[in-house]
Amino acid sequence: MKKNKDSEWFIHAVLLAGVVVVVFPFIWMILSSFKSLPDFYSFSFWPHKFDFSAYKFIFKETNFLQWYLNSIIIGAIVTLSCLVFNSLIGYTLAKYKFPGRKAIFILILSTLMIPTEMLVIPWYMMGAKMNLIDTYLGIMFPGLIEAFGIFLMRQFMLGIPDDLLDAARIDGMNEFKIWWRVALPQVKPALSALGIITFLGNWNAYLWPVIVISTENMRTLPVGISLYATGDAGGIQWNMIMGMSTLAVIPMIIIFLIFQKQIVEGITLTGVKG
Amino acid sequence: MKKTCIKLLLVIMAFSLVALAGCSNSDNSSSSNGSKSKKQVTITYWQYTFPAKVSEIKNLIQKFEAENPNITVVAQDFPYDQYNQKVAAAMHAGKGPDILNLYYGWLPQYVKQNYLQPIPKDLLTTSEIESYFVPMIKASKINGKYYTLPIAVRSLALFYNKDMFKKAGLDPNSPPKTWNELIQDAKKMTKRDANGKLQQEGFAWDVNGQGYHAFEEVLLRQWGIEPFSKDGKKVQWNTSHGLNAFTYWINMEKKEKVGEPNFLTDYNTAFKAGKAGIIIDGSFDIAAIRDAAKFNWGVTTLPVREVGGLESNFGSYWTNGIAKGVTGEKLAASDKFIKFLISAETQKEWLKNVGEIPAAVSFANDKTISNDPIYGPFVQGLKNSHATFFVDEAKERDSMSSQIDKILLNNESIDKTFNSLIKEQQQIRDDYFQNN
Amino acid sequence: MIKSTIEKSRKIHPLKLKTKQTLVAYSFLTIPLLFFLCIRIFPTLYSFSMSFSPQYGVGFTVENYQKLFKDHFFWQAVWNTLKYVIITVPIQMALGLLLALAIKRIQHFRWFYRMIYFLPYITSIVAVSWVWRLMFDPNTGFLNAFFGILHIPPQNWLSDPKEALLCISTVMIWQSMGFSMLIFMAGLEGIPKHLYEAAQIDGAGKGKMFWKITLPLLNPTIVFLAVTGVIQALQTFTQIQNLTAGSGSNAGGPLHCTISIVVYMYQNAFQDFNMQYASAVAVVLFIFILLVTLLQLRVLNKNIEY
Repeated sequence: MKKNKDSEWFIHAVLLAGVVVVVFPFIWMILSSFKSLPDFYSFSFWPHKFDFSAYKFIFKETNFLQWYLNSIIIGAIVTLSCLVFNSLIGYTLAKYKFPGRKAIFILILSTLMIPTEMLVIPWYMMGAKMNLIDTYLGIMFPGLIEAFGIFLMRQFMLGIPDDLLDAARIDGMNEFKIWWRVALPQVKPALSALGIITFLGNWNAYLWPVIVISTENMRTLPVGISLYATGDAGGIQWNMIMGMSTLAVIPMIIIFLIFQKQIVEGITLTGVKG
Repeated sequence: MKKTCIKLLLVIMAFSLVALAGCSNSDNSSSSNGSKSKKQVTITYWQYTFPAKVSEIKNLIQKFEAENPNITVVAQDFPYDQYNQKVAAAMHAGKGPDILNLYYGWLPQYVKQNYLQPIPKDLLTTSEIESYFVPMIKASKINGKYYTLPIAVRSLALFYNKDMFKKAGLDPNSPPKTWNELIQDAKKMTKRDANGKLQQEGFAWDVNGQGYHAFEEVLLRQWGIEPFSKDGKKVQWNTSHGLNAFTYWINMEKKEKVGEPNFLTDYNTAFKAGKAGIIIDGSFDIAAIRDAAKFNWGVTTLPVREVGGLESNFGSYWTNGIAKGVTGEKLAASDKFIKFLISAETQKEWLKNVGEIPAAVSFANDKTISNDPIYGPFVQGLKNSHATFFVDEAKERDSMSSQIDKILLNNESIDKTFNSLIKEQQQIRDDYFQNN
Repeated sequence: MIKSTIEKSRKIHPLKLKTKQTLVAYSFLTIPLLFFLCIRIFPTLYSFSMSFSPQYGVGFTVENYQKLFKDHFFWQAVWNTLKYVIITVPIQMALGLLLALAIKRIQHFRWFYRMIYFLPYITSIVAVSWVWRLMFDPNTGFLNAFFGILHIPPQNWLSDPKEALLCISTVMIWQSMGFSMLIFMAGLEGIPKHLYEAAQIDGAGKGKMFWKITLPLLNPTIVFLAVTGVIQALQTFTQIQNLTAGSGSNAGGPLHCTISIVVYMYQNAFQDFNMQYASAVAVVLFIFILLVTLLQLRVLNKNIEY
C-alpha cells in the first residue's frame, strides 16, 4: 500500500513537470503582452513595468474587433449549417431505404480521402468566377457541408430505434418534422460534439481563409494576427502580437474550462466512432 | 429544453443572417449611391503597409477629395510579404484596385502579367515624363513606355548611433569614410555575452534589407564592375574583382563578425532599439527612427573603398500605376489622382512626412534640402546613384539571400557559392528575356 | 400493438411505402448532395485536369509532372514532409500513451491533468506558433536564456538549418500530444479489467501485462491515431508559415530546410500563380494520403479477420 502511494507521488511529480512545459508558452504569451517594446530588445523575464499600451493600441488602431466578429460570425454560420445538413444527410442515409443509398454513402466517404489542401486551388478559381473572393460566403462555402460530420451523424442515427420513427409516422407527423422533432433530440450528445469540433476547426482555420481573404476588414482572427505579425511595420511588434494572441486564445480556454466535459467527451466520441 | 434549444439556434441563425446582410448591404449602398449622385466616382488605391506612407496617403486623400468632391479614394494596405501575392490574386480574380503602388523592381513582372496600362498620353507624354523627373526613373521604361510614376526617390546612407560611438571611444562626429574604417569602428562596438550571444552589434550587416543593393550597386562598382550590361541581359560580375568584392562583403559578417542579419529580427529594429551602431538604410526610415530612437544619431554618406575613391549609391523608388481595364470615369479620376500625387506640392509634403527625396528634377538644386544635416547625405548620394534594372526583384533577392545563407549557415565555400549565385542570377534574366 | 399496425400498413401498401421513402430521401438529399458534389468531387476532378494542363493556353500535357520530377525543391519538400511525419507521429503517440497510462495510475486530480495537457490542442495554431517563435529567438528568446542558466551554449533554433525542422516538429508535438492522450485514455477505459485480474492471478508482471494485454488491445486506437497523425503531418502548413515566414523571407526557410509539400504548393499557386504546376504538387499529396488510407483499410481488415 505504501509503495503504491510513493509511486503515486512520483507520477504526480512527473506530470506536474509536464504541466509546466505545456502551460509555459501560455504564461509567456500573457507576460509578453504586458511588456513594452524595449523589453524585447534583450532578454527579460518580467515586464519592466506592466504596460497596457499594446492592448490600447490593438483596440484603437487595428481592426482587431472586426476580425473577432468575423471569426464569430463565420464560425457560427458554418457550425449551424454543418449541424443541419450533416445531420439531415446522415439521417436520410441511416433511416431510409432507397435505391442508390449505398453508392451515395460510399461517394461521401471517399471524399474523406481528399485533402483540403488539394481543393483550395479549384475553390479559389471557382470563387473568383463567382465573385466570392474576399466575401463571407467565399470564406464559408467549402465548410458548409462536410463528410466526416455526415459519417458521424449516420453512425449515431443508426442507433435510433425504427419504432420511434414509425410511431411518429402513425401520429401523422410529416417526414421533415420526424427528423427535426424525433430524430435530432435522440442524438444530442453527438450534435454538441460535432458542433464544438466544427466551431473549433473554423475558429482556428488558416489555409483557406488566408487565400480567399484580401482586404483587412474581412480577415478572421488567425489571418489577422498572422498578417499583422509579418506586416512590414519596422520589425516585429511582439507585444502587439502577443496581446492579440492572448485575446484570441483566452476566450477559447475559458469556453474549454466551462464545457470541458462535453468537449473531451465529444472529441473522444468522434475519435472512437471514426 | 428542446424548444429553447431550437429557439436559440434560430436566434443565432437570424443574427448571423442579419450580420451577413448588413455587410453585403453596406457594399451595395455605397455603389448605388455612386450611381445616384451621377458623377460620384470611387477609385481604390493599394499600397503596402509602411506606417509613414499609409498615414501620409490618408492625409493626401483628404486633401484631394476636398479639391475633387466628386471623387472618393479608398486606400488599402497589405503587408509587404503578402503584397505581390494579394495583387496577383486580386488581378486574377478581377477584383484589383484602380491604382497600384509598387516597387520599381517589380514593374517588369507586373507589365508581363498585364496588370498595368501605360500612362495615358494626355496625363504626361514620354518626353514630358523624362523632363519632369530625375533621370533615375528611366529604369522603369519598358519597351519605350512608362507604366508608372513615382512621388519620390530614395538613396542610401549610413545611419549611426552617436552615443554608442562615444561609449566605444570613437569620435561621434567622424563617422567611417571607408569600408575598412567601418569594419574597425563596428568591431569596437560589437558586444557578446559569455555564451557568445550577440548583445550589441557594430554594423547591422544584412542581405534582405538594403545590404543586397549596397553590394550590387556600391561595392561592385567600387571594385570596378558594372553589375549588369546596359540592356540588362547579362550579369557582369563573374570576374576576380567581382569575387573579391563579394568576399570582402561576406567577410564583414563571416570573419569580422560585426553583426548578425537576424539580430532583433532586422537591421532597422536593431538600430531603433539602440543595439546597432551603424546601419545602411534609406531616407524613408528617418521618420520611424526619429520617433523610436532614444539616443543621438547622425547620417552620413556611404563609405568608399579608399579615401577619394569612387562614390556610388543605389537609387530606388516606389511608383504608381493605373491597373489594366480601368476606363471611363474611373480612368479620368485615376489620372487626376496620379497627377495630384506627382505634383511638386505633394512631393514637398512627402519629403517632410515620409522622408523620401522629391522625384521631380526641379528639386535637384533645392539648397534647403541638400544642406539639411539629415537629408543632405541622401541628396548627395542621389547624384551617384544607380537604380538596378531588375527583371524580377523578388526572385533575384531570394536567390541572393539563399545563396548567402549557404555560406553563413552551411559553411559552404565562398568561391563555389559565388559561381552558383552568378549562374542563378543569369538564369533569372535569361528566363525573363526569353519569354519577352 | 403499434408494430402490428405498421406491419399491416406495410402489407397494404408495400409499393407505395417504398416509393414514398425514396421520394422523401431524395427530396432531403438532392440539394445538399449537389452542393456537396460541387465543393468536393468537382474540384477534385478539376484539380486533376489542371495538373495536366499547360500554364498558358489549353491542351493536354504532362510537362508539369516532368518538371516536378526534376524539381530539386519539390523533392526537398517531399523529404521534409516525410521527416515531419517520422518525427512527430511516433513521439506524440508515445507521449500521449505515457500520459494516459500515468493519469490512469493516479487517484486524484485526473481531470486537472487531462484538461491541462489537452489545452494546446484547442488553441489557435497561428497564435501559439508566434509565441514559440518569440521563445525561439536566438538572442532575446526565453529558450536561450534558459540554456544560459544551465550553461548550455545558445542555439540558433529556427535560423539554423539543422535545427529548424526539429523546432517546428516540437511545436507540432506539443500541440497534438494531448489529443493522443485523450484517445488513449478512452482506449484504456475499453480494456476489460478482468483481463488484468486474471493475468495477476497467473503471476504476470506489470511489464508483461502491458505488452501482452494493454498494447494488443489498444491496437485499433493506435491505428486510428497513427493514421490521423500521419495525414495531419502530411498536411503541415500553418506552423511553417507562421514560424518561418516574414521580414522579407519566404516560408520554409532557412535554405528550404523546413518547407513542406503544402507550403511548396501554396507558394507555387498563390505567389507565382502557376496553378497548374501547383495542382500537380497537390496531386502528389493526394496520392500520399490515399496510400496511407489504403494501408489503414488493410490493417483494419486484417484485424477483423483475426
